[in-house]
Amino acid sequence: MQKQLLLGDEAIAVGAIDAGISGIYAYPGTPSTEITEYVHASKEAKQKGILASWGANEKTAMEAALGMSYAGKRSMVCMKHVGLNVAADPFMNAAITGANGGMIVVSADDPSMHSSQNEQDSRVYGKFANVPILEPSNQQEAYDMVHYGFELSEKYKVPVLMRITTRLAHSRAGVARIEGRKQNDMSLPSDLRQFVLLPAIARKRYSMLLGNQAGFRSESASSGFNQLIDGSDKSMGVIACGIAYNYLMENFPQGCPFPVLKIGQYPLPVNLVENLADTTEQIMVLEDGYPMVEELIAGLLHRGIKVSGRFDERIPRTGELNPNIIARAFGMADNHGLPSPELVVGRPPSMCVGCPHIDSYNAMNEALRDYSKGRVFSDIGCYTLGALPPFEAINSCVDMGASITMAKGAADAGLVPAVAVIGDSTFCHSGMTGLLDAVIAKSPITVVILDNSTTGMTGGQDSAAFGRVQDIVKGLGVEPEHIRILKPLKKNHEENTQVFKEELAYNGVSVIIPTRECIQTLNRRMREKFKNKAN
Amino acid sequence: MKRDIILSGVGGQGILSIAATIGLAAVDKGWYLKQAEVHGMSQRGGDVQSHLRISEDVVYSDLIPMGQADMILSVEPMESLRYLPYLHKDGWLVTNSKSFVNISNYPEIEKVYAEIKKIKNHILIDADEIAAGLNAPKSANMVMLGAAFAFLGIERNYFENAIRNLFGRKGEEVVNTNISAFNAGVEFAQQYINK
Repeated sequence: MQKQLLLGDEAIAVGAIDAGISGIYAYPGTPSTEITEYVHASKEAKQKGILASWGANEKTAMEAALGMSYAGKRSMVCMKHVGLNVAADPFMNAAITGANGGMIVVSADDPSMHSSQNEQDSRVYGKFANVPILEPSNQQEAYDMVHYGFELSEKYKVPVLMRITTRLAHSRAGVARIEGRKQNDMSLPSDLRQFVLLPAIARKRYSMLLGNQAGFRSESASSGFNQLIDGSDKSMGVIACGIAYNYLMENFPQGCPFPVLKIGQYPLPVNLVENLADTTEQIMVLEDGYPMVEELIAGLLHRGIKVSGRFDERIPRTGELNPNIIARAFGMADNHGLPSPELVVGRPPSMCVGCPHIDSYNAMNEALRDYSKGRVFSDIGCYTLGALPPFEAINSCVDMGASITMAKGAADAGLVPAVAVIGDSTFCHSGMTGLLDAVIAKSPITVVILDNSTTGMTGGQDSAAFGRVQDIVKGLGVEPEHIRILKPLKKNHEENTQVFKEELAYNGVSVIIPTRECIQTLNRRMREKFKNKAN
Repeated sequence: MKRDIILSGVGGQGILSIAATIGLAAVDKGWYLKQAEVHGMSQRGGDVQSHLRISEDVVYSDLIPMGQADMILSVEPMESLRYLPYLHKDGWLVTNSKSFVNISNYPEIEKVYAEIKKIKNHILIDADEIAAGLNAPKSANMVMLGAAFAFLGIERNYFENAIRNLFGRKGEEVVNTNISAFNAGVEFAQQYINK
């Protein structure tokens, strides 16, 4: 079969379709979004009746995937690395309940923080939960590992974590597919108490999970995704995890002179690591993200074998790896072209021309002129760009939903009025519970829910809030006279500013909902409408 | 034979359509390919780049090493200069001369051109004007691709096929427009080099 050019994300999606998943669940987050988007748009997936579903957040998505696994079918759940924080509760406990139908959790890390607020390493979560981890080095492996991951998951009845990084997620290469497998029939767990984590059962399940570790390690040694490749120069052994292997080989196109242990699966295969350590004088560990493998091998006291990497800072501790960083680590020539001329200035991302958030921020900023600065808590979405000039409108961006709860806390401390700015999708993700806290406490905060009818920043996926924001807010107990709907347009500026002023002055919870569709999704809709008319 | 190409521009300018065309042509020829893209936040009017690597042999890294790029192909002049550290000393800088000004401190354009002209191997082309002259303002990117063609190591018929494949479902007229735009770019580059 001819190879298809696929992004790493798409290779995982195609792998999942071919491996016989019945459902994929996700909340959008760069760089993981395209996995679920692909299945969502795939005719093949539709024909096979595969469900592709955006959840309200990563936790609900993870739990739905676990439910599908309970019912005996194969499920996948996808998120960005910080999404796994949101889903950490079901993730940790799914390791204890175990799976029934195969279940793969994909977490896409973002070293260098291209589109994220941190560069946490999801492998640490995998180790934390004691589940097997797969880390592909290229698009083909990403595809192959999905097939293998489901087999592994069903063999040991355990969820499997697949960790990728931005570079693989958003890079394209040829991928060869293998013949698809049909979906599982529904079949409930043979022990109907398997998923009941009452302490007595949980203790038993936890022991089983720990008992499976030796099995996981032997799988790591035999699956073929971890390979010890011999080299003639034994002065050093190299452990290359995931895509770090590519950067190593880029520097040694004729083959690496040192023995190399290529890692694509965890827990680490102890025998292969031992073999490498016993036959080489020192070990260099190449890994994107945290120095997890390096620390494991070096141990706290660093006695015994000498190990280098990001922990001893032979390689920089932060940021994404690349071929030049690896060249420097090996003391090789690190060529550069000419420097970029000084006249080249930064071009930060900005809100689109015609974006409704622009009009919302203009009105809010003007209304806030009567107050001292530093009282606007924001959230995660396109509107976070409001931190940059010309708006400089917001003072925080921490995690999904934190705007409302931080505003409440600051108001509790006496910062009145405190303002929260949150998008409609983020509000449904993690803002609703915080608003309930504020309503119960009658906090003097003004919550601005920017309703653009979509999940804008990740490219316009369906928002769980669509058509519901007002009812949700009302249902949570916000007084109807303090729920104010605006149309954020330049011509309404005076009127909108007045509404902001009134609600800022109110000593209780008010919610302002500027409502206008994202200019990107609007344009896309119009183009499609035009196309359909033309046909 | 390998070609490492940095594609650059501003989010929304559609550099990925150029990447897709080169990619299709390379794969059609039986070459290996890796192409790293930028998605997410930066796409909102920020600087974007794509590392496109095509080769007869297996390509390992998704990223091009510094100083190794055979070409910077840019749809915006200042953006072409941002990636000079990637360009090999014998590499080509092929850039559109039409600036995209969405920042208040954009440098004087003549100074940008002067920097571009300092590069030994460069082609500075007003792709937007050429495309407008062909009554195909949306095909500026195919003009750019044409300007880069001579240095890509892939025969012309592969590009024509790739354009046909990419634009085929939009109809024969769109295909022909894009092929003319591509040809106009090829012609301009030949004249530019011979000047």
